[in-house]
Parts: sequence; C-alpha cells; structure tokens
Amino acid sequence: MEHIVIIGNGISGVTAARHIRKLSDKKITIISGETDYFFSRTALMYVYMGHMKFEHTQPYESWFWKKNRIELKKGFVSKVNHEQNELVFQNGETLSYDKLILAVGSKPNKFGWPGQDLDGVMGMYHKQDLQNLEKYAPDNTACKRAVIVGGGLIGIELAEMLHSRHIPVTFLVRESSFWNGVLPAGESAMINREILDNHIDLRLGVNLKEIVADENGKAKGIVIAETDEFIECDVVGLTAGVSPNVDFLRESGIELGRGIKVNRYLETNIPNIYAIGDCAEQHEAIGSRRPIEAVWYTGRMMGETVAQTICGNRIQYKPGHWFNSAKFIDIEYQTYGWVWAKPKEGTSQFYWEHPNGKKCIHLNYETDSRKFIGINTFGIRMRHEIFDRWLNEEQTVEHILEHLKDANFDPEFYKQYESEIVSKFNQENNTSIKVKAKSWKRIFSRV
Amino acid sequence: MKAIKYTGLVLFLAGLAIFTSLLFLGKYEVTTEAFDAFTTSKGIKSELFINSFKQRITDKEYTSQFTLSSDILEILDSSNEIHKKNQEWDKVIWDKPHNFAYDLIKPAGKGSIVEHKGMYWWLTFGLGIIGSLMFILPNIILLGAPGIKNNGIFLNAATNRGWIGIGAFVYLVAFYILLYFRPEYIVNWTYVLDPISSGLSGNLASQWFLYGFLYCVVMIVMGIRMYIKYRHNMYQIIRTTAVLFFQIAFAFLIPEILVRFNKPYFDFKNAFPLDYDFFFDWNINNLINSGNLGLFMLVWGIALTVIIVPVMVYFFGKRWYCSWVCGCGGLAETLGDPYRQLSSKRLVAWKVERWLIHGVLIFSLVMTAFTLYSYFTTEATVLGIKTQDIQFYYGFLIGSWFSGVIGTGFYPIMGNRTWCRFGCPLAAYMGLVQRFKSRFRITTNGGQCISCGNCSTYCEQGIDVRAYAQKGENIVRASCVGCGVCSAVCPRGVLKLENGPEAGRINPTDVLLGNDIDLMNFVNKK
Repeated sequence: MEHIVIIGNGISGVTAARHIRKLSDKKITIISGETDYFFSRTALMYVYMGHMKFEHTQPYESWFWKKNRIELKKGFVSKVNHEQNELVFQNGETLSYDKLILAVGSKPNKFGWPGQDLDGVMGMYHKQDLQNLEKYAPDNTACKRAVIVGGGLIGIELAEMLHSRHIPVTFLVRESSFWNGVLPAGESAMINREILDNHIDLRLGVNLKEIVADENGKAKGIVIAETDEFIECDVVGLTAGVSPNVDFLRESGIELGRGIKVNRYLETNIPNIYAIGDCAEQHEAIGSRRPIEAVWYTGRMMGETVAQTICGNRIQYKPGHWFNSAKFIDIEYQTYGWVWAKPKEGTSQFYWEHPNGKKCIHLNYETDSRKFIGINTFGIRMRHEIFDRWLNEEQTVEHILEHLKDANFDPEFYKQYESEIVSKFNQENNTSIKVKAKSWKRIFSRV
Repeated sequence: MKAIKYTGLVLFLAGLAIFTSLLFLGKYEVTTEAFDAFTTSKGIKSELFINSFKQRITDKEYTSQFTLSSDILEILDSSNEIHKKNQEWDKVIWDKPHNFAYDLIKPAGKGSIVEHKGMYWWLTFGLGIIGSLMFILPNIILLGAPGIKNNGIFLNAATNRGWIGIGAFVYLVAFYILLYFRPEYIVNWTYVLDPISSGLSGNLASQWFLYGFLYCVVMIVMGIRMYIKYRHNMYQIIRTTAVLFFQIAFAFLIPEILVRFNKPYFDFKNAFPLDYDFFFDWNINNLINSGNLGLFMLVWGIALTVIIVPVMVYFFGKRWYCSWVCGCGGLAETLGDPYRQLSSKRLVAWKVERWLIHGVLIFSLVMTAFTLYSYFTTEATVLGIKTQDIQFYYGFLIGSWFSGVIGTGFYPIMGNRTWCRFGCPLAAYMGLVQRFKSRFRITTNGGQCISCGNCSTYCEQGIDVRAYAQKGENIVRASCVGCGVCSAVCPRGVLKLENGPEAGRINPTDVLLGNDIDLMNFVNKK
C-alpha cells in the first residue's frame, strides 16, 4: 500500500490527508512536532482571551484520526533524504515514504534585532508562543506593558489579546498608517482609529532599534530607532510577518526560494515530493496573488488540490477569485476580488463610510469598461457566493450596486445601508441606479 | 464604575443570603379555628387525624416549618395507615402529603415575616434586583465599545465550571428540589409575595406564584444583561424583547388575571407536548366547564400543536418558539446565557441527545394516548397499566426532575439548554419538522470559515457548527433553536440565520467555494 507522509498538521496538511482518505485507501501519516492534534492556529488568540479553551480550537475529536486511519506521529523532521525516500527525525528515528507532502507552514520573521531572543520576547504563531505569553503576560501586574513590533494581522490580534487582560500595549508600526500596504487610506485610517479607541498606544512610522535586557536576560524595554525613545515593558511581541519554515530543507536538494518552489501542480523539483500551504512558493505568481500566500483558505485549497493529484487526477492548483477576511478588534473585514492600496491605472474607486466611522465599503472597477474588480467591506458582511459569481460574470459596478442587497449577509434585522451607498455613488457619478430588493431567486440561481 | 459593580454584588449576595435565611426564620401556629376551617373545606372524615392533630399540633407555636411539617406528615401517615388497614377508604386522606402540609402551614405563619411582608420583599427581591442591576449596568461602559465581548469567560470560576459555578449549581438544584418536592418548606418565601399575588389574582401566593414571579424577575434582570452584551446585534435585541414579553404577559400576567375573573388558569403560548397535562381529564373538564372561553382555550391548545407550530416551523424554523416565545427557552437565553459555552459538543453527546429527546417525545405521546383513552372510555387502566400511574411517573420524572431540577439546575454544569436539548418533547417534534420540512437554515458563507471554533463553543445546543461551516455546508439540524449566537460570535462573518427556499437548503460540498471552478464542479458533481 502506498504510504503518503505529510509533514505538518495544519490546515493544508490535514485537508490533504482528509481528501486523500476520501479518494483512496492509501496509508497516511501526518507528522507534527508542535501538537498532537490539528488545531486552528487562527483561534489561538481566543484561548488567551478566555473565549475558548485550547481543545475548542481542535476541529476534530481525537477518535477522528483513528476512524479515518490517519496516523499521527509527533516529532521534528531534521532531514529529508529523497534518494532513499526517507525522513530523519531529530532523535535519529527514520520513516520512509512513497509520496511526501511538505506542509510545514511558516515561522515568525525576525530581522536580527539586538535582543530578539531574550526571555519575554515572542512571536504569536505557535502553540508554544501562547504558553510563553501565559508565562510572561498572565495579567497586568506581571506584565506592566507590552510592546508589539510589526503592524499586520497578527500584530493587531496580539494587541487585542493583551488588551483583553488590561495590559497596556504600545504598538510599533513601520508604515505611516496601519496595514496600508494592503488597505487603501480610508480603511487604514479607520483601523488606526479603532486601535486608538481601544487605548492601544499606536506608534506609526517607527522601527525597533533594539530590545534591552535586564540582569536576568529578560526583556525590560525597547528602543525606537527613529527617536531613541526607551519604552519600558515586560513582553515584546514580534509580529513582523511570517516566512516559510524551510531551514531544515536547505541541504535536501529540494529547490527553495523563500519557500519551497512548486509548479502549478504543487510538485517540487523532486518527484513524489509536493509542497502546499504557507511554505509553498509558486514559480510564477497566479494572477495578482503573491507567489507565497500565507492564508488559511489557500492552504486548505492546496490540500484539496494535491489530494486529487496524488490520487490519480493530476490537477493544477487554480485558486479562484481572491477573497479574504479578518477582524480588527471590533470591526469585521471581508474582501472579494481586488481593491489595491494604491489605485492602478485605468481603475476607479468608490468609497462610502458610515458617519460612525466603523463601517465602510470600497469598490474598485475599470474606469472605461465599468467592470467590477473588487470590494472591501468593513462592518457589513457580504455573501461570498454572490461576489464570486459577479466576478465570474464580469459584471459592471452598476450591476453590483443595483443588486447589492442580494449580497448582504448581515444578521436579520440589522440596519441596511445599500440605499445610502448607492445614492452616494449616484451623486458622485451622475448615475441613477436604483437598489433592487433582495431576491432569493437571484441568490440561488446557479450560473 | 467598578465600585458600583462590586457594591451591587455585595447587595445581591446580601439579598440572596436573607432570602435563603428566611427558610430558617418564622413562627407558625395552626389555630383550632383555622384547622376546623381547613378540615371542613377539605372534607376530611378521619376523626383519628383530626383528633391527634388537635392533640399534638393545634394552638402550639412552632419555630420551624420543618418540625411542623414532619409532625403533620407523621400524623397523616399514621392515620392513613390505620384507615387503610381497616379498609376505611373514605377516611383515607389521598392528598399529596407535602402539598397537604403546605396548605396547612401557609395560613399558620406568624411573627415578623408575616407582619412585614413588604419589608422582607425589599430585603430579598428588592436587594437582589437592585444589586444585580448595579452589577450589570456598569457593563455598558466597562465592556467597551459594542461588539462581542467574551473576554475571560473560560478564565472565570462562575462560567468555567469553577467553584462559583458549582455553588450556583448546588443552589439551583436545591431550590428546584424544594419547589417541586417540599413546598411546605418554602412557605416563608411565598409570604413575601402575598401582596403582589393578592393584587393580581386575589389569592395568596402559592409556591407556583413564587416560581412564576421569580422567573419573570430573573428573566428581566438577565434580559437587561443580554441587551447590554449584545447591544450591537439587532437580532439578539428583538429576540430578547420577544421572549421577555411572552414570559411576562402570556406565562405570568394573563393567567393570573384570568384567575381573578374566575376563568381557567391558561398559558396561551404553552404548547402540548411541552404542556404535558393539557389533555389530562381535570384540565379538559375544567376547560369544557368554563364556557365559551374555556372551549376556545381547548380548541386553541389543539390548533397550536397541530397547525400553528408546524406551519411556523416550516416558515421560520423552530426558533420562532424556542428562542422567541417559550418560557424555558426564555430562561435559558437570559439566565442561561453566561453558561452557553458549557454544552458538550462531542459526537457521543449528540447520540445521547437523539435517543433521550425522542424517547421523551414518545413517552409523552404514549402517556397522552393512555390519558385520552381513559378519558373517553372512563377505564382507569389501559393494557394493565393505570393511566394515573403513567401520568404520575411522567410528571415526576420528566415534568419535575428532568425539566426542572436537571433542566435548569444543571445550567452551570451542562450549559443552558439541557432540558431543551435532551428532554423537551415539543422541541423534538419541532426538530423533526425543522430537519425535514422547513425553510430555515444557517447559511455558511462560501469559503470564509477559518475553523476557529467560536461558533461551536458558544452553541448552547452543542451543535458542532464548525464541522459544517468549515466544509462550506449550511447547518440544517433538528436541534438548532436559532438563538443566532454562532453568527454573532463568528469573527469572519461566515454564518447567517435565514429562511429561504427549500431548494439548495442542504448543500453537501467536498471542495469549498473559492477553489478552481473545474475542480469544484468535478468533485461536487461527481
């Protein structure tokens, strides 16, 4: 029986295993050094915040693996000998495979800051980071202040986490406005306000110079590069993005870039070795996507795809239209298609913001053809299926606005803003679009 | 703000302590006069009972209802025993002993509590209400901006089965055991409510008035907590308002007012088989003998179960009842909200749930079939089983133990829908309709789910919502009561409660939206 070995029990590895099991009877082994069972990394924050216990982050009960004949092995792989189809573990054990799927994920970036390995300095990525945080920042007496370095999604999540335990937070963001490499100015400013509203000390346009140690080798403060200001703190969170966790593969003969290089079939340069998820790097980017995508659902989709290939239906990884979501403290964010931080030539934008400053939508479309390119929506939920269809149909921005109620996904009885949105658009563009009432028929019509 | 909050907590605990200590205060004396009136009105024929009662109890002051009750029960038991032995059936007192004791003790109270009912109301209910409001209201500011605020729930001993939770569990269980099985012990609590009860129905407060009043008070106070906690969520606000309205108006005020006008006590929203004694002979006879209004109540009760409930479930799902109208649901959604995360999500719990809840549904239907057979044929025994026995066991096991002691008492241990999830026969019936013939579903928003598990954690019914959401499937489950909290706590806007067309309601998918269209079609259509 063919033995499929998967390194990594995150969403991509586990999805691949599940789908291989659905499609075949192959022997499957998942290896992880981090945890015994698959858990949702995105939910770690909720454990610290007390919304959940760690076991709630595990989507499958422990009997699931045995029932589906997926073997779980705990350990760190230190070497891949592809000539012998063999893995070597840190403790010297070996394991042979017929096909190997590398789903090894990412690790937090560190940029050689002085003091970056001190006690009390941590990323927010692994389960072990959570344990560290519990150790160094259990409450606001043990941790009088925390400094977070790096203004991305994990950074703001870590700020929210610490804030939930009433720990004062200073948040160092290199950019001049939060996440403005991804978010256009309006949205970015909205999130700046949300951060400040939560009494988080947001410092824009600053970099970390060094982390200062106390006599016990524990962080006691940081210095800001631009101002040489010293900020006393007990915990430093390093959240300046992640990069593929591929160091152990340097000598393996598997082609690496920043990540593990794969073709559209998620195959590496070595036959029978595949890479999926955060660690996979496309030779050429797909559409406007980045070559490496550290996103939950792309990991899942690669898992779905590679399972097909391994089970005899060799198929290209073709992610559909870009979408994503996040939550910035109390503001939910969804995006479908592309809304670039800096508008591209030949495109126009339409921005509507609620007077309370906590909801907005941002539409991006081609100026001449009126073709809809994408939407950012903050504080209003929208239907993925509808936007996916509109993008497939290459609908115009006018069509989208006219049928915007079909896309609304807010809970029942929520106030709806479609007419306000459309009247603003009409005003700015001299159009006379009328919002149509929601239609189940349209929502459920399949293309 | 915090000072107000903690002062409130102290006041609440003081109120609770005084309320509890009332059980150990008070004096009682059954006067000869009162006893004679009692025996006449009850038509008691046992001289043995009357004489020994007069010898031992009347005109004697008791300082505890526990000893008074035990004396009454002892005399009752011994006289009944002798009469039974002598086959003097008309002299046997067939009343339920503890209710019998209650009826004797209730008018026998004297001393401070009976003389200062109003003052004791303020010291118990008053302090409790003011204290808990002072504890709850500052949350408008302390919780921060509107939004999901579940911070610290699993770090708090009150909500993570810690010592406070265990304490609440013990207290609630003890309360229900007293209420259902030892009403004569809690007679002091009823005194406190006599003025309000008299004002409403003209009668002194019974233990059931106490329960109804307390129920409403708890729901209002904890409903205010819901309004604050979910003030960003219109669905929660409207739903909480509805459930408060139906409890206060339909379950509490209207029945009391009906009694005032000599009409049958009737809760218009309580549907059979949750209202398991609707078809009991005393109820049917009572309704038939109450003129046009009684007949209307009879027809309404039947129509509610047979027509209104399934039609409404078809259009809106069982949520229209369970989390908008029902009293049990109302308590679960207000008092029980802090405990919703404690329901088990394990597969084995789901298996147990299906056997239990459908078992209770069958039990209630069989019991009712026996009842109706006996009613129309006037035969007391069906298939060798006494109808009265099966009614008694249903009332005892399901009506008292399951729905009361376990159903509510276990909130702090097993989550707030223990009864609704494992026991309620009406929920089982509506669940079957919801699963197989309804427009209601929780829609999953394409491929946005990140498997975080907030939805499953906060599902009071123990549905593993994430198991569906992460596969891109809509959630169509018999047990879903449509509380809407999964949708509220989802950080990615994945879930929405909807009533839509039946086609496409159940949508099993292998590959989720967002992936290669060819792959999705290939896999999902295969």
